[in-house]
Amino acid sequence: MIRTRTRGRQRRLVAVAAAIATTAALTACGGSDDGPAGAVSAGGVEGVDDGSTLTLWTRAPLEFQANLLVEAYNRTHKNKVELTITPNDDYVSRVGAAAGSGDLPDLFAADVVYLPNWTEAGLFADVTEQIGQLPHADEINKGHLDAGTRDGRRHVLPFVLDLSVMFWNKALYQEAGLDPEKGPSTLAEFAEHAKAVQGLDKEGVHGTSFGGNCGGCTVFTWFPTMWASGDDPLLDDGAKSVLDNPSAKQLYGTWRDLWDSGAVDPASKDETGATWVAAFQQGKVGVMPYPATLLATADKTVDVGVAPLPGVDGGASTFLGGDGIGISKDSEKAAQAWNFLSWLMSEEAQVGVLAANNSSVARSDLTNNEHTREDPRLLAINEVAAAADSRTPMAVNFQQAFNAAGSPWVTLVRNQVFGDGSSLAADNAAVSEALGQ
Amino acid sequence: MPTSLKRVPTRPPDQVAPAPSRRRSARSRRRLTGWAYAAPTALFVTLFFAVPVLLVGRMSISDWGLFAGDRGVNLPDNFVDAVDLRLFWPAVGFTVKYTVITTVILIGLSLGLALLVQESTRWTGFLRTAVLVPSALGLASASLLFYALYSPQSGPFGEVLRDVGLADGPISFLGTPDAALWSTVGLIVWRFAGFYMLLLLVALQGISADVYEAAELDGCNRWQRFTRITLPLLRSSLAMCAILCVTGSLLAFDQFYILTKGGPDNGTMTIVQLIYNAAFQGGNDLGLAAALSIIVLVVLLVFNLGQFRWLRGKDA
Repeated sequence: MIRTRTRGRQRRLVAVAAAIATTAALTACGGSDDGPAGAVSAGGVEGVDDGSTLTLWTRAPLEFQANLLVEAYNRTHKNKVELTITPNDDYVSRVGAAAGSGDLPDLFAADVVYLPNWTEAGLFADVTEQIGQLPHADEINKGHLDAGTRDGRRHVLPFVLDLSVMFWNKALYQEAGLDPEKGPSTLAEFAEHAKAVQGLDKEGVHGTSFGGNCGGCTVFTWFPTMWASGDDPLLDDGAKSVLDNPSAKQLYGTWRDLWDSGAVDPASKDETGATWVAAFQQGKVGVMPYPATLLATADKTVDVGVAPLPGVDGGASTFLGGDGIGISKDSEKAAQAWNFLSWLMSEEAQVGVLAANNSSVARSDLTNNEHTREDPRLLAINEVAAAADSRTPMAVNFQQAFNAAGSPWVTLVRNQVFGDGSSLAADNAAVSEALGQ
Repeated sequence: MPTSLKRVPTRPPDQVAPAPSRRRSARSRRRLTGWAYAAPTALFVTLFFAVPVLLVGRMSISDWGLFAGDRGVNLPDNFVDAVDLRLFWPAVGFTVKYTVITTVILIGLSLGLALLVQESTRWTGFLRTAVLVPSALGLASASLLFYALYSPQSGPFGEVLRDVGLADGPISFLGTPDAALWSTVGLIVWRFAGFYMLLLLVALQGISADVYEAAELDGCNRWQRFTRITLPLLRSSLAMCAILCVTGSLLAFDQFYILTKGGPDNGTMTIVQLIYNAAFQGGNDLGLAAALSIIVLVVLLVFNLGQFRWLRGKDA
């Protein structure tokens, strides 16, 4: 009897397990058949606002803007967006794990430098037609759009723009005999201003500062100088590095000279990126390339001047960074998710939410708005975003070559600034090798 | 056994042996009960240890991208690529160097501290607590704290060294590979010395006072008592501390990720940081990362088995 019961129980367990496995397999098959791309067009150009709950992931540096946008959308729509913020360093692994298991949220943002890689991996739904139908499609920031374009198909829209600009401390400029209303307009002027502030010889105050052990910080703030000078450090769609171009050499030489002369905050040599703007915010740095999104924060403690990043002999440029946002391949509410994206590009979101909170707009026709007219610095930031030499660098292996801990770009920067600069050719080849992998 | 002696019966002769079927049924029930007791642990071990290890093993022989998923078996490519990585051998060398330095300093210092606070005096309670408090801090939090303390400009460590005349300008605690290594060792010693001290203190207090009294009567001096009684009787605890310390150091990640990101100039790249880079920092290659993890796992197993065997051999 016991054996009979045991066998019966075993058979039931096997039957339950088989049923679960079959259901799982059928569900998986069903999921693969119902891709989001087919459903995204359901609601036309505005998508569907039917009271659905949408999930949205972004990374911690954009928490401020993401919260504002989600709150504003939830206030004015039947759909509700649930926002999940993930620490910056954990974001790639979280997205990777979710992509592997088919659990991506309906919407998710990605650092613009990851977009080519993630688009190639097929993480985003194709929204080419929907973007094309937007009334202001031609005014949307092209750098972000292009970063999410593969084989002519578009996958993302700009979520939050993060631009690199020059910040200076007006009070220190005044003390150093510089014009507090005029920032550096050439690379040489930048060095001159930094040395002038250093010349004050104030305890704990330095001319300039940078993230000397942080690939992301230096690529964000140094590439624009090359672009503004007419040089492009990346060729062949981001597969080849030309970081030994003439303006790059001038740039490295300027920073090496500043370092040797003691005008650079010594903490820069150790700086991994965690606190690279802290000294400026404490009023201890004269002038430095800085993320524009931090203007409001820096303004609390320092009277800040803002200008575009100059080239060697002038010009203006910025790194069009920040995050792009798209509908995930796993979303089953693509038309509802598009409703959020469509609204994101509206004047209501761009001006009423982002510009109203000192953030850059992602549409060139909205750069001059009621908020930027009140603060010319915001207008300068928006204008440089639309400048001809401003770019979003694109490379499938960008992270590996530039941002990753111990990347060949970090080695190049350190050798150029803290070393004698003799290894430029070899270091540039190492960056090319990482890009071409 | 002498042949003249009768074999002692295992059951009183007046008791009747149970029927064979009842015996089997009782044995079967006992076996089932045993399985029932072991089942939760077995399930836990299977789900949370065996299955992940098997999955990592499977991953390590596959072309498995972070976003692309499993693209089929590619043995032995991942293992060949792992050893061919530009930073593989430097990372192995640095991890071993860091492990040796940390283990020697940490165990030596912890033993010294345990001996110092062994006797109950007026100050030992305070000292024990003071040394133990950093152990309550998470390693990531401690690393961030030290990142600020080591700041060349605003960090108080540099200021103190300047005030006492040991430095005349900003000190770059993390600016060179050697400085970064020793600064990280400093953090780890601060964070873990109290924990190991506590383990050794418990072991020290487990040694009977009689042994020391007997040794004293035999004319042993303090050094002889330390080397011939304390150290041998602490061997098990010291070995356990060493195993924990070596394993923790070979798997070091948080402290370097926060303090140095493997720099400067890749001079503090540990093997786990390399695994993290391969998986999530642009490499996006889970197969390669899994192969690296399997290599580390095998090394750790060999190392720990060696330590256990040595420990058991000595005890026997």
